[in-house]
Amino acid sequence: MVSQLIRLLPELILVITAIIVILADLYARRRTARWLLPGVTLVGLAASLVAAFVQWAAREPVAFTLAADSFAYFFKMVAALVVMIVVLAGMDYMRERTRFLGEFYALLLVATLAIYVTVAATDIIMLYLGLETLSITSYVLTGFLRGDKRSNEAAVKYFLYGAAASAVMLYGFSLLYGITGTTDLQEMAKRLTSGEVMGSLVWLAWPAVVLVTVGFGFKASLVPFHQWAPDAYEGAPTPVTMFLSTVSKGTGFAVMARVFVSALPALSEYWLSLTYGLAILTMTLGNLVALRQASVKRMLAYSSVAHAGFILMGIVGISAAGATTPFSGIDGVLMYVLAYAITNAGAFAVVAAVEDGAGGASFEHFSGLIARSPFLAAAMLIFLLSLAGIPPLAGFAAKFFVFAPVIRQQYYVLAVIALVNAVVAAGYYLKVVKHMFFVEVNPNGAISLSRGMEIALWACIVGIFAVGIFMNWFAWLATGSAAGMLGM
Amino acid sequence: MALFDQWVLTIILFWPLLAAIIVLFIPQDQEDRIRRFSIWMSMVPLILSTLVFVDYGVRFLQGTGGLQYELQVAWIPQLGASYHVGADGLSVPLIFLTALLTTLSLYYSARTIHHRVKEFFFLFLLLETGMFGVFMALDLVLFYVFWEVGLVPMFFLIGIWGHENREYAAIKFFLYTLVGSVAMLLAFLALYFVTGTFDIVKLTEIKPLAGNLWLASLVFFGIFLGLAIKVPSWPFHTWLPDAHTEAPTAGSVILAGILLKLGAYGFLRLLLGILPHAFAYWGWVIVGLGVISIVYGAFVCMAQTNLKRLIAYSSVSHMGYVLLGLGAAGVALSGTVSFFDKNSAALAIDGALLQMFNHGIITGALFFLVGILYERAHTFDLTRFGGLSGKTPYYYGIFMVAGFASLGLPGLAGFWAEFFVFRGAFDIVRIWAAIGVIGVVVTAAYILWRIVQSVFLGEFNTEWEGKLWDMTGFEKVTLWPLVILMFAIGLYPAPLVNFFNRAAVELLTQAGFMF
Repeated sequence: MVSQLIRLLPELILVITAIIVILADLYARRRTARWLLPGVTLVGLAASLVAAFVQWAAREPVAFTLAADSFAYFFKMVAALVVMIVVLAGMDYMRERTRFLGEFYALLLVATLAIYVTVAATDIIMLYLGLETLSITSYVLTGFLRGDKRSNEAAVKYFLYGAAASAVMLYGFSLLYGITGTTDLQEMAKRLTSGEVMGSLVWLAWPAVVLVTVGFGFKASLVPFHQWAPDAYEGAPTPVTMFLSTVSKGTGFAVMARVFVSALPALSEYWLSLTYGLAILTMTLGNLVALRQASVKRMLAYSSVAHAGFILMGIVGISAAGATTPFSGIDGVLMYVLAYAITNAGAFAVVAAVEDGAGGASFEHFSGLIARSPFLAAAMLIFLLSLAGIPPLAGFAAKFFVFAPVIRQQYYVLAVIALVNAVVAAGYYLKVVKHMFFVEVNPNGAISLSRGMEIALWACIVGIFAVGIFMNWFAWLATGSAAGMLGM
Repeated sequence: MALFDQWVLTIILFWPLLAAIIVLFIPQDQEDRIRRFSIWMSMVPLILSTLVFVDYGVRFLQGTGGLQYELQVAWIPQLGASYHVGADGLSVPLIFLTALLTTLSLYYSARTIHHRVKEFFFLFLLLETGMFGVFMALDLVLFYVFWEVGLVPMFFLIGIWGHENREYAAIKFFLYTLVGSVAMLLAFLALYFVTGTFDIVKLTEIKPLAGNLWLASLVFFGIFLGLAIKVPSWPFHTWLPDAHTEAPTAGSVILAGILLKLGAYGFLRLLLGILPHAFAYWGWVIVGLGVISIVYGAFVCMAQTNLKRLIAYSSVSHMGYVLLGLGAAGVALSGTVSFFDKNSAALAIDGALLQMFNHGIITGALFFLVGILYERAHTFDLTRFGGLSGKTPYYYGIFMVAGFASLGLPGLAGFWAEFFVFRGAFDIVRIWAAIGVIGVVVTAAYILWRIVQSVFLGEFNTEWEGKLWDMTGFEKVTLWPLVILMFAIGLYPAPLVNFFNRAAVELLTQAGFMF
């Protein structure tokens, strides 16, 4: 039992940190202790990251409903890392906008905890609980700026969509339970494969897969379940947008990969055809709409939708044969989520800095950024190039690992559509680059960055180059994690 | 010597990157220091690549050839991708050309770029690393990385220091190239799943997909798209006139001198090397596109009133010769035509290689010359000039040499390349070669009539009275190395022709051609 608790150490650390943050908030003097709450949060997240890292190689179930496997630990590490970046980049942003900092950090920690639980869940009830906890904390975080109408609108919109989506997903779960008579993912897979199911209900498998996909697709912001995303991303406080568009989205893919691969391999023809269509729809629509945006923040929001389509290519390309070898598709999802999370977090951090420094996030506010803050412009350039998939940056490693399984499965049509989409995406990223570097007006003064923001941006830059150049190491990690999910 | 063999390419490759990073740390206002430092640093790869060129020539004379200076270090072992560099008779001259044109461009730009100097030199050095990398990479992933690394600095060079339409041209350049390169990446992945390796040397030995024409063609055209856009071949050339015209002088020199060669180099290294069967099968397509590019490019030149745009289109035409030579060799390889002389295939490639090298020198010089005129007149409008021969005789002389070299006057470099291409191609694809000759005639017409007649002869436009001065010291220094090379290769081509001939024979033998 004690050994099992050690497996839950990352979660326990987060819970304790959240409690400390709430208590510290009562005693902290806001003016003198700027670093206190974010500092405690950062320490907790770092400790949790280390705790997840040292146990990465574990392979065992915990308390019947959670898996302590490398797949889960991989996502926990990504989540902890990105939330640390969120805290660093957002501490000044939030301090200037709200008094309720203790609540903010505590909620952020609970949301992270929810991600931890969700990615590790091996039981659909636990899965649902995790996702709901994540959703509810996300609604609150989105509407955290109570005086800001847009923040409120975003939260309401997010909540309405989210409530509907989770109801649909729950219905899907209940159908799966009805067919198989179990809530355990492994057991479900066994019964579906061996045919020990309620024979008369087997026809419900197809609707069940569709309904479950709707729920996951909502979290992952797949078209057509994405409508909440651009509004929520734009209206939410930018640090929260960083969180939603990176790790919260990644969680959607984590559960999708786990449920599809470990519970529903017998139904693969259903979910493969479904994700194939959704991938094309998501990347194409996301990109076409992103092309027409006047605000960089909203453009990034739609581009984030488009990237979901690319991540989905990893799931489309999943091949049961070689999960332990590279290019199995699952490792593509992992590589993409990692690369995309650190890149997009960085991009939104720059948006936050420009919002603070120039008073907005439209293309005009980015004009001549190179003269106003060379570091910020260079950082944004690196993030955009990484999003466009230019080597030797992280985004290239990610594209490489999702294109590969699709080519291996010989889905050439999907590959070509993705190619066109990658170029369209580069088109609107270059528009930002054009404003930052080519336009030589200087409407606003220099932008100064806070210490936390600088550290956050540097962390993203270093991470992006590391993933791109030391692709071997990260690919090894991703492949190992993918294999861990299948108990190999 | 073993140490030199192993590390010389890596030093050439990463030296400019190192220099670029150091440039970042020099304060922005010390512009002269940045300029001097960049030029001196770029001398190192120039000297080393000259050494390599000579050394490789000596090895040829001694009878060794093939890949030399190889270095392989594990990079992504689980995918069979590695840091693998090396050079052979195909890449050694192009590495030298890259180093030469970069140094000249930096030297020229030091006097002409006064705006955002630090960024300019940083990007230019970064660009040099990207170009070296493509010519040296013996691994598809590495190849792709460097292929894309070169794209970003050029995008900025055009977009920041270009002329009126620079933003449009820069984005068009980037997106066009990206379409091709992503298609290439997909083809690389398909190759990987067939063979399990990204190593170009291994792939050249395996020659995958020989029995599967459908998939081989799919892969072939995936890579082909990336290369044909870069070369560029008609109908993928439409980015070129914009990019070349809008880029700053040094940018145009590198674009025309080196970046176009990346595409042609890829045809030989990747398509002929890895997919000789598909290359042979589709040789006709390459011949056809090459000839269309030659003739179409030449006729479009006739219609230009913008001097720089004219030179840009002449590149489309001249790179068409390269494609004609390569395609002809492909047709010969397929064995579907009976021709008299087995050596014609080698001669065609020989000509293509020479044309790649010469075009780099000649068009490089022409773009420098156009830039020099622009520095004084601030216009490219041909119709506004006239009678410059009397006012700027030195400039006139140098321009004549480059112009005549470009139209293939015997005694200058350009002649030999065209001669070998047509000598080889005529034996193999007679009708196409004959059509291609039209391009040579039209080239003479646009050089003599459009450029010489309207810029240098005729009546002097008094608008320019006192505003146009003859070439100054640094401009002469920039141009003379290129002019000397044009004469040297033109008058005594034997060493270079022998060099390229050896390389061509090696490439063809490797592709399975029976002499």
